[in-house]
Formats: sequence, C-alpha cells, structure tokens
Amino acid sequence: MSLVPTLASRNLFHDRLRFVATLVGIVFSVVLVMIQMGLFLGFGRMVTTMIDHASADLWVLPKGAKCFEDPSLLDAKLRDKVASVDGVASVVPLVIGFSDWRLESGELTPVFVVGADLRDRSLEPWNVVEGDVRALSQSGAVVVDRSYYDRLGVSKIGSTAEIRGRRVKVVALTDGIRSFTTTPYVFVDLKNARTYTGTFPDRASDLLVRLKPDADRDTVLKAVRAQVGEHEVLTTDEFRSRSRSFWLFGTGAGAALFAGALLGVIVGTVIVAQTLYSSTKDHLSEFATLRAMGSSNGYIYRVIIYQALLNAIIGFIIATAIGAVVVEMTAKSALPIVITPWLIAALFVLTVVMCVASAIGAIVRVVRIDPATVFMR
Amino acid sequence: MNEIIIEATGIKKTLGRGAGEVKALRGIDLTLRRGEFTLLMGPSGSGKTTLLLVLGCMLAPSSGTLTVCGTRTSGVDKEGLARIRRDHIGFVFQSYHLFPTLTAAQNVQLALDIRHERGRKAGKRAREALNLVGLEQKADTLPGELSGGEQQRVAIARAFVANPSVILADEPTAALDGNNGRSIMRILADAAHQRERAVLVVTHDPRVIPFADRIVEIEDGLLVDTGSGEPERLHLPKTAAFRP
Repeated sequence: MSLVPTLASRNLFHDRLRFVATLVGIVFSVVLVMIQMGLFLGFGRMVTTMIDHASADLWVLPKGAKCFEDPSLLDAKLRDKVASVDGVASVVPLVIGFSDWRLESGELTPVFVVGADLRDRSLEPWNVVEGDVRALSQSGAVVVDRSYYDRLGVSKIGSTAEIRGRRVKVVALTDGIRSFTTTPYVFVDLKNARTYTGTFPDRASDLLVRLKPDADRDTVLKAVRAQVGEHEVLTTDEFRSRSRSFWLFGTGAGAALFAGALLGVIVGTVIVAQTLYSSTKDHLSEFATLRAMGSSNGYIYRVIIYQALLNAIIGFIIATAIGAVVVEMTAKSALPIVITPWLIAALFVLTVVMCVASAIGAIVRVVRIDPATVFMR
Repeated sequence: MNEIIIEATGIKKTLGRGAGEVKALRGIDLTLRRGEFTLLMGPSGSGKTTLLLVLGCMLAPSSGTLTVCGTRTSGVDKEGLARIRRDHIGFVFQSYHLFPTLTAAQNVQLALDIRHERGRKAGKRAREALNLVGLEQKADTLPGELSGGEQQRVAIARAFVANPSVILADEPTAALDGNNGRSIMRILADAAHQRERAVLVVTHDPRVIPFADRIVEIEDGLLVDTGSGEPERLHLPKTAAFRP
C-alpha cells in the first residue's frame, strides 16, 4: 500500500485545531445545504399533498389556476359535459377556500376548507387516527388534524366550534395533514364546503376526473379539453408540477432556498480551500523534500487530494448525522425537512467535489515549489 | 578506472539579473566516479551549494553540459529532472528534512514509495537500510524522538535505500557533535567504498577530510585544486579531525 494515505492523514490530523476548523467549515456547509435542500423537498411535498392524496387522473381547473389553493371558480355544470366523454368513469366537483373558524372562546382563526363529494371518495381525509370519515356526511361534521388542537380550540372527537356562524362538530381526527401555509385544513362534505366558503351551488373550485380502466388517458384528455372551452385540463402530474412551480419559484421561496444552499457551498469551499492551502503552506518544506527526492508532481497532488477527500468523508459523515437529527426534530413540524437517499448521494458528491475543488489552490501553490529550497534551510 | 556517474563540463551558472547578477559558477569541470568519496570544500559564498544543486539536477546550468548516469540533462523538463533524481541520486540534507509525522521506517520507505515500490518488500528494504545505519531498534520512532545524529542516519538510510548511483550530501555533519559526525562520515564512506556509490559531500568542516578519497576545492565559482584527502594539506590540527 502506498504511503500517500498515511502521509495525508498524518498531515491532516497533526494540527488538530486546524483539522477541527476544517471539519466545522465542511459540516456547517453540508448541513446548511442539506437543510435548504431538505426544506425544498419538504416544501415541494407539502404544496402538493392534496393533489397527491386525491384520487384523480385528470383535473379540470379554472383558466389560469396556478395551484391547488387557487381561489378561482368554474361552472359546475361542466361536470355533465365532462362525464359524457368516452372513457370518463366519474367527475367529482371539489370546493376549497379560506373561511373563519370561531373557537369556543370566541376567538377567530382562519382555516382552509376542503370539501368533496364523499360518495366518490375522490379526496377524503387520510391518516385517520380516531373517528370515522363516513360521519362527514352528517350536518356540521368536520375532520381536523390533531396537530391543530390548540389553533382550533378542540381537544377530542365531539369538540365543537363555528365556521362562518355555523356550528360544527369534530367527527374524526387525522395525524400529519399539515398545511405549509400554517392555516389548518378542515375537511367537510361538498355541500357544507359551499356553505362555509360562500360558494354558489353552481360553482366549483376544480373537477376531479377519474378514467375507466381501459381508457387511453391522452385521448380522453383531448376530448375533455374540447368540452371545457377556456378552462384547463391537466393530468395529476402536470397539476402537481404546476403547483410546485408556483409555490417554489413563482413566490421566490424556492429561489431563496437555492440561494441559501449556494451560499453554503461557497462558504464550505472557501473554508476548506483556506485551511487546505494553509496546511499545504505549512508542509511546503516536506513537499519540497519530496520533490528534491525525485517525486513526481502527481504524487504530491495525490497527497493533497487525499487530504481533501478525508476532510470530505469525515465532514460528510458528521453532517449526515446532524441532518438525521434535524429531520427527526422537524418531522412533526409545519414544514418537515425531507432528506431522501438521492439527496444524500448528491450531497456526498457535492461534498467531494467541493473539497477536491478546494485543493486546487493548494496544488497551484505546490506546483511552484522549488526543490532547491531544501538546501537553503 | 571506475565508471563515471556524473560528468560536468564547462558548467557556468549566473544567478540574479542586472545589478544583482552573480556569476556563481564560472566554468566547472568535474567527474564523480563509482566507489569514490569526494569532498567539495570552500568558503561561504564560493559556489558549493550552487554546484551541488546543478549536479543534483535541481538547478539548470547557464551553460555547459551535465551527464548523470549517461543521460544528458540539457533540455530535460522539470518532471524529467525529477525522474533523473528519483532513479539515480540520493540526497542528504544539512537539516535532515525528515517527515515529522512519519516513523523512521516510513521516512525511509518514502524514497521507495515515490518509485512505486510498495508493500511488505518495501517495508523490509526500509528496515534493512535502517539496520545498515544502526537504527533498526528505532524503526517505529518518530523523528522528534530521535537525536540529531540519529535523524541524520535515518536521512542517509533514506538516501541510499533505493540504490542510487550517487549520493549528494550537503553539510551532513554541520549540526552534529564529534561522535555523531564521525559516525555519519563513516556511513557515507562505507556507502562509497563498500556499496560502490559515488558520494559527494559538500562541507566546510575540515574534520571530515580523513574520510575522503578526493578533495575538490571551490573558490569564487572555480575549482582551484584537486588532490587526495590529506588533512595536512589544509593545515588541519590532527586533534580536530574525525578519525575514520
């Protein structure tokens, strides 16, 4: 085995303070990038959570609707037209919108009402931990997430409140259906949703279209588009992508997250480059000795790059452990940080690239070494 | 006549430019032969180190030709010169230049590692080289825990572990006391006489003269005399000499 790893690791661990400083830089950088990208992924999932849990193949949307939460409305009579298209199995109107929730204490808080025809089970609460969703068909029945107990002033099934002056009663509880806007989702029956959001009976927010098992999606899509005029028809993937683009890039939130991640990469690169350069400078006489002994430049580069890789691997392991703790801590928050295996792999590659790129400055310095200097000392 | 290892002909070297220009070497002709122990002596500023750097392929001469083991160095790039050093030359430096974080054995093994000689065989050769300089017991010791003489012996083991044809040493006894200086010179003389290396030692320490087969004196960039190693020639008091 070559002495390159031994020399590199001894160089690295010899000055422990500098090694710790380097690791802090790498860990700070990787954790920052990990959190920013984890927030990006988490945000991306949160903004499409309703779309992901809806049982629809196609979505008929008001013209220009940017996301699931878009308040625009369309003519509910389109339902019949769309239902008449060959290959369509069912069309379910969906009504959504903000409303006011009055707690028993009299305090008001905004809520986001989601109402669909429960008979079609196109968009009903999931992760139900207590109660029965079928009870939503009762007058004034609502399903809320238990993480919003405090916000909504409820504590159990049977708790009551008011929405737009109408008495409501909690009939089931979910776990983990949280809104990235921090406004609690309240699931209700379609009819009640119209009441709570002030939507006329002939209007709907969206139409959820389900296809027959043997239907060709593209053919049906074209036929439905021909039926709905100026309104838009999107596949679930297209709607998910549009929603995500709007919230992540239309609002600037995604750009801010990316900017934070980029900042992390820059900070990490600068710190590693600075410490590697400084370490190389401290070991210049050793590198000059190697050169005087006849070592190739490549041998010396390998020592420096090995140092960079050791930094990268150790820093990455620590950063990943911290990332895992952060993921655990935010799992129940309004905006959980999501770290996927792909993100981990990408971050590892990024860390290695960052550290090796940081070695360039040190390598440039070493290239200029004059081996004759060993005779001057 | 022994094989010529290094042949320098008409070597001139000018350092600096303009008003600061110095003619460090002004036409040196020198040959180093296998099995010969040569001393290069002269006062400070005479051009000793510059000549050593030129002979060691670290400094290109301004004019003249240098041949190392049959290879002419003119026109050879930096990597090529490094290759010549790696293949043919072992260096011993005044201040040892050992790697403080590597053990004595690893320091010696490094000279093999840069030649892509690795594994157990390389480790064994490194320990054998330490054995030859009497340091086999200190193979796993860090340089910081060795005395100056021991460090210089490690440096010598590193210089000849890869069997170079020539060993160039720069003031190897300058930082050592009498006993250690004598020990180092004996090892270098053995390298020349028993192991058939060409050994050139740059020094201004007259105590090393008794070990030399040949003394080359340099002054103002020119060789002024070449003769046998006789202390009397330099009017050296016998008590001051390292005895072989």
